[in-house]
Amino acid sequence: MLELIKMIVVLTIISLASGGLLAALRDGTQERIDNQVLEFVKGPAVRQVFEGAANDPIAARFQLKDGNVVRNFFVGVFDGEAKGLAMESSSSKGYKGDIGLIVAVDVKSDKLMGIGVTTHNETPGLGARAKTDPKFSGQFKGAAASGQVKVTQDGGGVNAISGATITSRAVCDAVTDALSVYERLKPQITEKMKNVKK
Amino acid sequence: MAKTITQEFTKGLWAEIPPFRLVLGLCPILAITNAFENAVGMGLAVTFVLTGSNVLISAIRKIIPPKVRIVAFIVVIATFVTVVELVMQAYTYALFLKLGIYIPLIVVNCIPMGRAEAFASKNNMVRSALDGLGMGIGYTLSLMALAAFREIIATGGITLYEKPVALFGAAFEPFRFLVEAPGAFVCLGLMLGVMNILGKK
Repeated sequence: MLELIKMIVVLTIISLASGGLLAALRDGTQERIDNQVLEFVKGPAVRQVFEGAANDPIAARFQLKDGNVVRNFFVGVFDGEAKGLAMESSSSKGYKGDIGLIVAVDVKSDKLMGIGVTTHNETPGLGARAKTDPKFSGQFKGAAASGQVKVTQDGGGVNAISGATITSRAVCDAVTDALSVYERLKPQITEKMKNVKK
Repeated sequence: MAKTITQEFTKGLWAEIPPFRLVLGLCPILAITNAFENAVGMGLAVTFVLTGSNVLISAIRKIIPPKVRIVAFIVVIATFVTVVELVMQAYTYALFLKLGIYIPLIVVNCIPMGRAEAFASKNNMVRSALDGLGMGIGYTLSLMALAAFREIIATGGITLYEKPVALFGAAFEPFRFLVEAPGAFVCLGLMLGVMNILGKK
C-alpha cells in the first residue's frame, strides 16, 4: 500500500513539474513561433501575390475579429497607396486534406490581385501544380472580387488543372470563402487600411 | 571494473559510440543523414536531450520507485524533447521544417532511454552528465560522418551555413542514389563494416 502511494506521489510530482515547465516555455516562445510560421509558411505566398510592393507585407499586418475567429490580414503598398489586401483562407475539400491559401484583393478596384497556395498534401505533378504552376494561379488575377469563383466544369471561369479537378475546385472554394469574408468585413478593413504606413 | 571520470566521457566517442557499437538510434540516422546540416542539428538536439535527461534522472534516481521507473524516464525525456522542439520552432524554423517528425521521435529513440536505464539510474550526476555528453557527441559525429559522405558523393558538394560549396569539378557526375532511402542503408552498412574492421584488434 505504502509503495503504491509513493508511486502515485512521485509520478504526480514529476508530471506536474514537467507540465509547468513546458507551459511556461510555450508561453514564452508562442509569439516568436507565430512569427516564424508567418515568415516561413505564409511569407513566400504573400510576397509572391504582392510582387513589386513597396513595403514588407508581412510586417504591415493587422488582425480583425470575425465572429469568434481572429483573422490575419496583410497589406501591400503600391504606387504610394495601401491598396493590396491579402488574407488567409483554406478549404478542407482538397484531394488529400486541407489546402491553405493566401488570397490578395485590390481594395481600390475590387479585383483579385492573385492567389498563392501555402500548405497542401496534393499529389505531386497533379494537384501540387496548384502551388507551382503560374498558369493556374495566374487565372485568378484581375477577376472580380465578389460572388462565387468556380471552375469551368461548374460553369465558372477558371480552367481546372488537368487531372486535378478536385484540387482546383477546392482552391476555388477557398477563394470564394475569402471573398465573402472580404465583403463581410469591408468597413473594418477600409478603416484599418487607412492607418497603414505608406 | 570501475571507469575513471574521463573514460565515462570518452567511451561514447569510440568504444561505445552509439550507432555503430551499441547499434541504437538507427531510425533517425537513416532518415536525416541526407544532408550535413540536418545531421548537425539532429545531433545537437540529441546531445542536449541526452545530457539533460541523464542529469535529471540521476538526480532523482533514489526517489523513483523501481516499478514505475520507465514511466518516469519517459516523462523526463519527453520534457527535454519538447523543450528542444519549442526552441527550434522559435529560433531555427527552417531546420525544424527539415527535421520535422524526427525531433518528437527522439522520445522513443533508444539512446536516451537506454542511457537512462543502463547508466543514469545507477550512477551519480557528474558521471551521468559526462556519459550523456560523450554519447551525444559520439552520436553527432557519427551522423556528421555519414551525412557528409552521402551528401558529398550524391551532390558533389556540401552545404555549410546554407551555402553550397562545390568540392569536385563540373566533370563529376552526382550519384543521387546515396541521398535516397536505399542509399542510407548501403552507407550505414558500409560504415558498420568499416567500424568492425577497425575495432577488431
